[in-house]
Amino acid sequence: MTPKRKQRLILVSVMLCGVAAAAAFGVNAFRENIMLFHSPSDVAAGAVKPGKPFRVGGMVVDGSVERHQESLDVHFELTDYDKTIPVTFSGILPDLFREGQGIVAMGAIDAAGTFEATEVLAKHDENYMPPEVADALERAGKMPETAATYDSKTVVEP
Amino acid sequence: MLEFLDMGGYAFYVWTSYSFALILLGGVVLWSALQSRKVRVSTIRRAQQRKRKS
Amino acid sequence: MYRLAGRLAPWFGGLCLLSLAVGLYLGLVVAPADYEQGDSYRIIYIHVPAAWMSMFTYVVMATSSAIFLIWRLKIADVVAEASAPIGAAFTAVALLTGSFWGKPMWGTWWIWDARLTSELLLLFLYLGYMALRGALDTPQGSARAAAILAVVGVVNIPIIHFSVEWWNTLHQPATITKLGKPSMHISMLRPLLLMALAFQLLYFHNLMVRMRTLILSRESRASWVAELNVETGN
Repeated sequence: MTPKRKQRLILVSVMLCGVAAAAAFGVNAFRENIMLFHSPSDVAAGAVKPGKPFRVGGMVVDGSVERHQESLDVHFELTDYDKTIPVTFSGILPDLFREGQGIVAMGAIDAAGTFEATEVLAKHDENYMPPEVADALERAGKMPETAATYDSKTVVEP
Repeated sequence: MLEFLDMGGYAFYVWTSYSFALILLGGVVLWSALQSRKVRVSTIRRAQQRKRKS
Repeated sequence: MYRLAGRLAPWFGGLCLLSLAVGLYLGLVVAPADYEQGDSYRIIYIHVPAAWMSMFTYVVMATSSAIFLIWRLKIADVVAEASAPIGAAFTAVALLTGSFWGKPMWGTWWIWDARLTSELLLLFLYLGYMALRGALDTPQGSARAAAILAVVGVVNIPIIHFSVEWWNTLHQPATITKLGKPSMHISMLRPLLLMALAFQLLYFHNLMVRMRTLILSRESRASWVAELNVETGN
């Protein structure tokens, strides 16, 4: 390699390392801001002040969904298998909303500690299978675990 | 056939997505082919004219 | 290189059409509906291959740009320039189809989560690269500036890839990973891999065609150009 090429190689490498380091610092500094949602445990620990809008993500507790008879009002509980918080919402829920499903809700905590959602989004998992296979897995109690995605501390192996 | 086109009620989302893919990717392929033809004809013609003159 | 590209292009194109036909048939007709998402999940057959190719194309562009910067190899610059439009198209397809998948499943067209935002940044990198190529007065200057942008922007690729693991996102984690079993039933996985192959071949086909155009216009004054047949270009 000629000295000139070597010099350019070093220059390009240094440039790339610099930008990568800057990106790493930036990403680390804004780690909290890049988090799309808080977990019910964060909320229970008082991470967010009442009245301040934020997103919360978790699983809809089985058997907790109560729909109002005449209106679109719905009440359910959201959990990360550690802490559970009550949620109220009025509006149209996404197709995937159901008990046991992961969701992300936008809204704020009221004085009583209930999360008043203004928007509810469904979070689906990375598993795809035909209904018959899902039924068979369900019967065998071997449904893939998806709860891991709700804990930012849990590292899902790539 | 109608059942297939309906996509379990998601026809709008599924077929719009496939149309976007067709338009964008097909568009790039078609544009590249047309550009290739245009550049080929004009560049080679000009090169041949230059050669004949010299 | 010019002749080789011309010889390879129809092969890539033909094989692409073949795998596209089989992949679409298996994906849209044969594969069963998903247990949770019904038929809407079929968008995956263009969304995921497009997203993979948007990153693959960028890595090719950044690598050849680095080679061009260091060794001043003209052909590496041609590869990078030829890749940009198809890469931008792949990125746009991934974003648009993702949006049309997000609306019925998540309940929103768009959300500023880490995965979606970093993929949008990728689109801007492609567009910025293409704009920069035509922006400066001297071809050498713009080639060098664009190559620097391409190399620097490669930092975004690991961010896109790992965003779903590093942060809480609405986007789900990867279904198919290098290590471990894919979390997808085989009947649904086969068409996905075929479509990924088809998109890969589409990229190589387009790369060959665009490289020929670029080489021809750059070398327009070379003596070998006058020997070519106008109709076939060979």
